[in-house]
Amino acid sequence: MLDTANVTASTRRGPVLRRPTTGALVRGVVITVLVLFALFALPQLISLYYVDTMTEVAIYAMVALGLGVLVGRVGLISLGQVAILALGAWVAARLLFATSQPFPLVLLEAGVITMALGTLIGLPALRLRGLYLALITLMLAGAFSIVLATTNFPNGGHGFLGYNGSLINIPAIRRPSIALTDPAYYRYSVVVAILMFLLVFAHVRTRPGRAWAAIRQSEPAALAAGINTTLYKLWALALASFVTGIAGGVYAGAAHYLYSIDFPAQDSIILLAVVLMGGAYSMWGAVVAALLLEFLPAWLNNLGVSNDWLTILFGVGVLQVLTTAPAGLADQVPKDLAKLGRLLTGLARRGQSPAGGNAVSEETQ
Amino acid sequence: MIEVNDLTVRFGGVTSLDGMTVSFDAGTCGLIGPNGAGKTTFFNVLSGFVRPASGTVRAFGDNLLSIVHFRRARWGVRRTFQTEQAIEQLSVFQNVALIHEHSGLSRASRRADVLDAISFVGLRCDPQASVATLSAGDRRLVEVARAVVGKPKLVLLDEPAAGLPDSETEHMGEVIRQIPEQTGALTILVDHDMSLVSACCSTTAVLDFGKLIASGPTAQVLRDEHVIRAYLGTAEV
Repeated sequence: MLDTANVTASTRRGPVLRRPTTGALVRGVVITVLVLFALFALPQLISLYYVDTMTEVAIYAMVALGLGVLVGRVGLISLGQVAILALGAWVAARLLFATSQPFPLVLLEAGVITMALGTLIGLPALRLRGLYLALITLMLAGAFSIVLATTNFPNGGHGFLGYNGSLINIPAIRRPSIALTDPAYYRYSVVVAILMFLLVFAHVRTRPGRAWAAIRQSEPAALAAGINTTLYKLWALALASFVTGIAGGVYAGAAHYLYSIDFPAQDSIILLAVVLMGGAYSMWGAVVAALLLEFLPAWLNNLGVSNDWLTILFGVGVLQVLTTAPAGLADQVPKDLAKLGRLLTGLARRGQSPAGGNAVSEETQ
Repeated sequence: MIEVNDLTVRFGGVTSLDGMTVSFDAGTCGLIGPNGAGKTTFFNVLSGFVRPASGTVRAFGDNLLSIVHFRRARWGVRRTFQTEQAIEQLSVFQNVALIHEHSGLSRASRRADVLDAISFVGLRCDPQASVATLSAGDRRLVEVARAVVGKPKLVLLDEPAAGLPDSETEHMGEVIRQIPEQTGALTILVDHDMSLVSACCSTTAVLDFGKLIASGPTAQVLRDEHVIRAYLGTAEV
């Protein structure tokens, strides 16, 4: 037993470690308002073109979330997440054609099967880190692209692959009966994405999240703390694969028809770039990453700007983030907005103060 | 008590520990030696990060080398690192609780044990404070708190006061001196600060080029001709 004479009564009281903060309450309110806005107001305010785009944003937010768990929480760089997405889409499409199971059940099955296969594919991660892991996962993703190009996605055919080879009268991948229209499916996708965010949130705030933080900083220190690093890395891989597999299932319903060309291996590199730009450690970063990856090209396309500029933009963006804001836009933008707010407040005070600009100089230093 | 017998560690052609045979009985024991002598390698063997080529380590009657590395914390091995490894993303409380929750200790006592450990090392900050906001000295104390929380049997301190100013080194020394008494753990201190080693350790072992060149009462060891030669290259001081 340690000498606890120095422990004050206030330190021993329970609430010290669990006090609710105003910031947490404000965050809760802001998130609730944003979710309600995204679910009910947004589809009424935007065209069908952008409704489809926002469905893609919801899907890729899940994919970015999964990659964020690996990169931001555990420090495992995977360049194979788009292949995992394709795997989830393949499994969901096959099950949707082969069975009449409810859509949510198919999503769950797609998530679980992708989790098992994704974890298996990620086994090299147990011994590799950094560039080597990135290379291995990229090569596995490339190999999977070749397999997909050869076997194609299921389109209502028979056999294990479910591909019938016909070019006409191809049946569409079905959607849930409550979400047949595009706006309804958008809402469905947002709800699924929210559930996945809650699942990941529940992980990062509890025992696995703390273990991942330790592994990310120093594996020897994590081992010395009694953490089974192999188990927790596998856990992270499983969670990321599950979330990405679910995203793949939602993607299958959104697209109706799946083609291997939709999942090029190099997209995983772009995905990593936007996740770093958005903020790999923040869950908001996944939303920012999805907006950069899906909304920005759609918006530029609508304006008649070539998407080729995006490659340059993402390159500059990653450079900027790595040099000035390692925590990503999700961390930097609120800080910059707060600075701007202080600056504007200072300017306003200066305008009201007859004495001059002392307030401004103090605020802006 | 730890009995190390004929411990040899090789990295390729380099022999880091060369037939080391020593015992650490109780209290706080020092382990010193010039850079590259094998002190951290010895800690890494005890932690399970390095597999020795030969030799045995019996700790309190158990064969320590047979325990899987991440299970050694559960057994009672705790350590700090030469480069401080407090986890920046977590709070002070979470940093200390991390070891408690992975050591198979009762959840019911976690909160009290963690606060006891934080208090014991003299950390005055809010337990909820992020480690990233702490000074270097406080981060070192967080590491020591992690090493003493729960029921440690063997505490390994690898240069815990490195880079700290004199006042903080003095405080660290006071904390280290109390560890065996307060926790019952055998503590091994590696440090280059001889005044800290003298102040904390009743006995000291000395390594040089992976070989044990002296061991015994600290004052006697620090006057040993071989030890002086190992550090200074000459026995004439």
